[in-house]
Amino acid sequence: MPWDRNQMAARAAQELRDGYYVNLGIGIPTLVANNIPAGMTVTLQSENGMLGIGPFPFEGEEDADLINAGKQTISELPSSVYFSSADSFAMIRGGHIDLTVLGAMEVAENGDIANWMIPGKMIKGMGGAMDLVAGVKQIIVVMEHSSKHGEPKFIPDCTLPLTGKNVVDMIVTDLCVFRRADHNSRFTLIELAPGVTADEVAAKTTARYDS
Amino acid sequence: MAQKIYPDAAAALDGVLFDGMTICAGGFGLCGIPERLIDAIREAGTKDLTIASNNAGIDGEGLGKLLRTRQVKKMISSYVGENKEFERQFLSGELEVEFCPQGTLAERCRAGGAGIPGFYTKTGVGTQVAEGKEVKTFDGPNGPKDYILERGIRADLAIIKGWKADEAGNLMFRKTARNFNQPMATAGKICIAEVEEIVPVGSLDADAVHLPGIYVNRMILGAPYDKKIEFRTVRERAAP
Repeated sequence: MPWDRNQMAARAAQELRDGYYVNLGIGIPTLVANNIPAGMTVTLQSENGMLGIGPFPFEGEEDADLINAGKQTISELPSSVYFSSADSFAMIRGGHIDLTVLGAMEVAENGDIANWMIPGKMIKGMGGAMDLVAGVKQIIVVMEHSSKHGEPKFIPDCTLPLTGKNVVDMIVTDLCVFRRADHNSRFTLIELAPGVTADEVAAKTTARYDS
Repeated sequence: MAQKIYPDAAAALDGVLFDGMTICAGGFGLCGIPERLIDAIREAGTKDLTIASNNAGIDGEGLGKLLRTRQVKKMISSYVGENKEFERQFLSGELEVEFCPQGTLAERCRAGGAGIPGFYTKTGVGTQVAEGKEVKTFDGPNGPKDYILERGIRADLAIIKGWKADEAGNLMFRKTARNFNQPMATAGKICIAEVEEIVPVGSLDADAVHLPGIYVNRMILGAPYDKKIEFRTVRERAAP
């Protein structure tokens, strides 16, 4: 059976290490926060200027001055700290963030990622995604294996405008996990969701990868 | 001491506004936006504005108010979702938009404010953002990498929202409402700040000031604020 959204997030969370500073994107990546292994200290960064994101506040304790990058109300931790957007992206672009988990519309076999724009349709903008893929040490994409229309999303070349070129290190889908050793290597199929076969993955993937 | 405190937003903006000007506006979503100053710019009716701001407000809130009155010619932003009027004006070609990665926007303002006309960054290399920009290769720990030249932003006016300031304009922000307010403040030829509280000089811990008063030319007390929340998310209390 393929992984559900939370299981995909849990799989991505296995890549966390004690002491990591991590930035999580919106959607499934946010669920990684609920799957941090017990006993591990992981500090979450919010690109609007905070380290140490706490859980959603209790009702009545919401603070309009305390939001995450998705503009949701959050709470602070004893270890939390605030800073400006310029400092926030100095952390991101300066390579100080260990890992980011992002969603994607397309990933190419060479590690290109497209997740910010559908020409003529979605014109919201890239937010901090281009900075994250350019600056963070390790980039994990969590996405459905196929689009709503059943089209592969891990493909030979991105068809949508790129967010970053040759930047993705690992892909977690509802069917499987691909990883590559470095940015000069091909992706390898390293893991299958329970009951999913390598043949099924091959049938639903147009990108070339090692198995 | 030169007087920085003005009675209201209209008075603070007097003599500063002109058609076709460029404005840097602080805030992230609706968090930490200079709403009194935005309202006063709407009342003043200044047109053909170019506004650098991470977001463009939402319908009828924040900079969305200036979109509704068609006072904006161009936005320089990283994310403009949740705004139907923006989408309509953009798709019909009435509004020009320069999408700028969020970190690049913050750094362009920081650099502009620091007298740095341009800088090289990896962000956006190989994407639409790089089109027409100079590419330069620099050696790094993992071998040579490409970087693109981005320009600093210097605006005619910066409008920001702070939490607490002293009479000299030394200013503190509160929690994640700091966001773009700090770099935007430095990028304006003139910076006007609206704050929730003004205290006498000497009342703030000098080590705790986030924005030194040199960057703040004019200031108003904007309180009381009815701060808007875009997405109210809460958790259940554990049963007693």
